Amino acid sequence: MNLECKHVWEQISGYLDKQLDPEMLAAVERHLESCEVCSAVLDSTRNILVLTADDQTYELPVGYSERLHRKLTEVIEGGDGGG
Amino acid sequence: MKPAVATNEAALIARIVAGENELFHELIRPYERLVYVTIFAIVKNETEAEDGAQEAMISAYRNLKSFRGEAKFSTWLVTIAMNEARKRLRKAKTKAEDSLDEPAEEREGDYTPAVLTDWREIPLAALERKELKEKLREAVGRLPEKYREVFVLRDIEELNQEETAAALGINVTLVKVRLHRARMMLQKMLVPYLKSEAPLLGQGKPARGGFFRGWFQ
Repeated sequence: MNLECKHVWEQISGYLDKQLDPEMLAAVERHLESCEVCSAVLDSTRNILVLTADDQTYELPVGYSERLHRKLTEVIEGGDGGG
Repeated sequence: MKPAVATNEAALIARIVAGENELFHELIRPYERLVYVTIFAIVKNETEAEDGAQEAMISAYRNLKSFRGEAKFSTWLVTIAMNEARKRLRKAKTKAEDSLDEPAEEREGDYTPAVLTDWREIPLAALERKELKEKLREAVGRLPEKYREVFVLRDIEELNQEETAAALGINVTLVKVRLHRARMMLQKMLVPYLKSEAPLLGQGKPARGGFFRGWFQ
């Protein structure tokens, strides 16, 4: 199976999630070996995902946890609902 | 001793439902971040996200009896958080519309990545990592809602496909399709800010992966 670039792009997400079937995986890898364009697309996408998963990308507001638990204490002690 | 996060969640839930209400604090502690970030990524506003996170947690507390354990507790909780986020977004939308039109689901071919035919085309806007994160948050915020929801759960919160599908009430195939499109849209939006690998100039063909290798240094 020989893939064109645009077909490889359709597989990028599946490739990153390790969900390609063996035949498609082999074809994609073969293409990537020789195609700098697709390698760059793959690497840039992968780097974006690494950055996305970084806890510091989305930070919690200072004091969030304390305020949350204070609020919950009010609700729990107020006896409305729950168990 | 640290509070046992490993305490069997189901047992904890049973005790809360049986009346030990204060254990709810313990139950949700591992998920505070999940709930806040899920809502923030959708509503794009800190105050709204924090209020929403509180509401979602209170709602989870009040409805804990209806949690039957078919889903994981985290998935159940994230469903509540997502609903809260959607509710707040709908309110906010009367003021501001999404910046991108929602593409039709069936249309194909519009989700191609930005292609770098020559790495020298990459602008040398080498941003600091902090700025890059800001750009990433902006770009995520610009995704159409249905793509953003899937991206938030899969790639920010790292839920698996099945959990994401369950939380959003869509099927796994749709999760895959939307996730792929979301990622490609982000790649396209963010490529201008990626750092090029200047030292490769004049060394022939750059090594695979070389384009962005310097990115996280």
